[in-house]
Amino acid sequence: MKKENVPQDLSSLGKITKEICYATDKSGKYVTELSRGWEIKINALDVAWEDIEARKARAKQQVLNNEVSPLLYFMEYRLMDIGILSDYTGFWKWQIKRHLKPEVFKKLSDKDLKKYAEAFNVKIEDIKTMSVHED
Amino acid sequence: MKIDFQHIQSAHCESGVTSSLLRQNSVNKITEPLAFGIGAGLFFVYVPFIKINNGPAIAFRTFPGVIFKRTCEALGIKVIRKKFRSKEQAESFLMKCLEEGIPVGCQVGVYYLSYFPREYRFHFNAHNLIVYGKEDDNFLISDPVMENATTLTTYELERVRFAKGALAPRGQIYYPQSQDIITDDQIKKAIVSGIKKNVYTMLSIPGSFAGVKGIKYTGEKIKNWLDKLGPQKAGLYLAQLVRMQEEIGTGGGGFRYIYAAFLQEAHAYLKKDELLEISKTFTQAGDLWRTSAVQAAGIFKGRLGSQEDFNLMGDYLIEISVIEKEAFLALKKIKWH
Repeated sequence: MKKENVPQDLSSLGKITKEICYATDKSGKYVTELSRGWEIKINALDVAWEDIEARKARAKQQVLNNEVSPLLYFMEYRLMDIGILSDYTGFWKWQIKRHLKPEVFKKLSDKDLKKYAEAFNVKIEDIKTMSVHED
Repeated sequence: MKIDFQHIQSAHCESGVTSSLLRQNSVNKITEPLAFGIGAGLFFVYVPFIKINNGPAIAFRTFPGVIFKRTCEALGIKVIRKKFRSKEQAESFLMKCLEEGIPVGCQVGVYYLSYFPREYRFHFNAHNLIVYGKEDDNFLISDPVMENATTLTTYELERVRFAKGALAPRGQIYYPQSQDIITDDQIKKAIVSGIKKNVYTMLSIPGSFAGVKGIKYTGEKIKNWLDKLGPQKAGLYLAQLVRMQEEIGTGGGGFRYIYAAFLQEAHAYLKKDELLEISKTFTQAGDLWRTSAVQAAGIFKGRLGSQEDFNLMGDYLIEISVIEKEAFLALKKIKWH
């Protein structure tokens, strides 16, 4: 890639920091050039987030239908699978699978809920009411 | 407490940290491309039976931690590397290093990294940064991918050092033990050793998922994605491929441009004219990776989407695999003595 062809399409990262690209100058020598972003990358990231939003919406509906506990919604919100959540909370995977059942979730102690709240970086109340405050 | 340390931005976190931590030893000679090349950083792997963030597990670089390790080894520098069970121990060891005036590399998770924009925060645990001081409750942070130095509170740093999930950093900390000066002779030898290692990983690693064979394999797989996954999921998969290839840290073209830059710098040390020609071949590979990313975006944006479009996408990768194979074979043929 030639230096003058390094794209400068403003991305969400570009608002905070430019990133370094390696490109060639007129003599063919490699130099570094700062880029504000590239439309193709922005699109790829958008696609990933659209998928996450769709998963969140689906999980929310499942919770409202009482098919699954609010934990699923927060897992989608925090991009966590059961393995990651197990590592953060110290619960076994099978325990988390049980806690995903609404009737089991309702009986969880505040001590257990606190572990989930810390993993999701939210308040216990937020989990119960399914409210998120974007950060 | 602040160590005399100059923040330098780089494209990729690990080669950037390596270059920065070796700055004193090498009197600024170990640039980012040299660290990347000596560390044999270039790679390709697609593991079809593992999923990351609900998409394919694809990497364009070698395994996390390897670049720093190989680069120091090749230069004959002993590395101190520690992991911790307890957060308290991890912090007190870090404080001890800072008090002794040693800037240290830390492996961290990106998800709770507060200065990254939210859109970029995934559960990726192999990010690297340098801690070079502490003022009040703020650790002074040199994150190589950022333009400027930044800070993290004690809690924020602890949280990312003890991120959980795959490749959990467990407070991992590392730095070169000695401050011996690296000679040009050592650098020359290290370059040759780095090239040889990369020739091996790209041409001769066993199995069909990795190296130049892996690129061809992925190209063939992509041609089946529309049928096998359906248009929506196939689009998601291609988006993930593009992100691994082009996102922050790659320097563009799936690290191929950094490697091309490395070969030019290698030429300045070793005077083998083949290196300049082969550098051009890697530029060509990087350019073709970017052309393929444009094709992929056409598909995941919904502008393209026929089987023909997927075939062309797959063919790009097969073509790239031929180009990179030729380039590494040419590197293999160089007589170093």
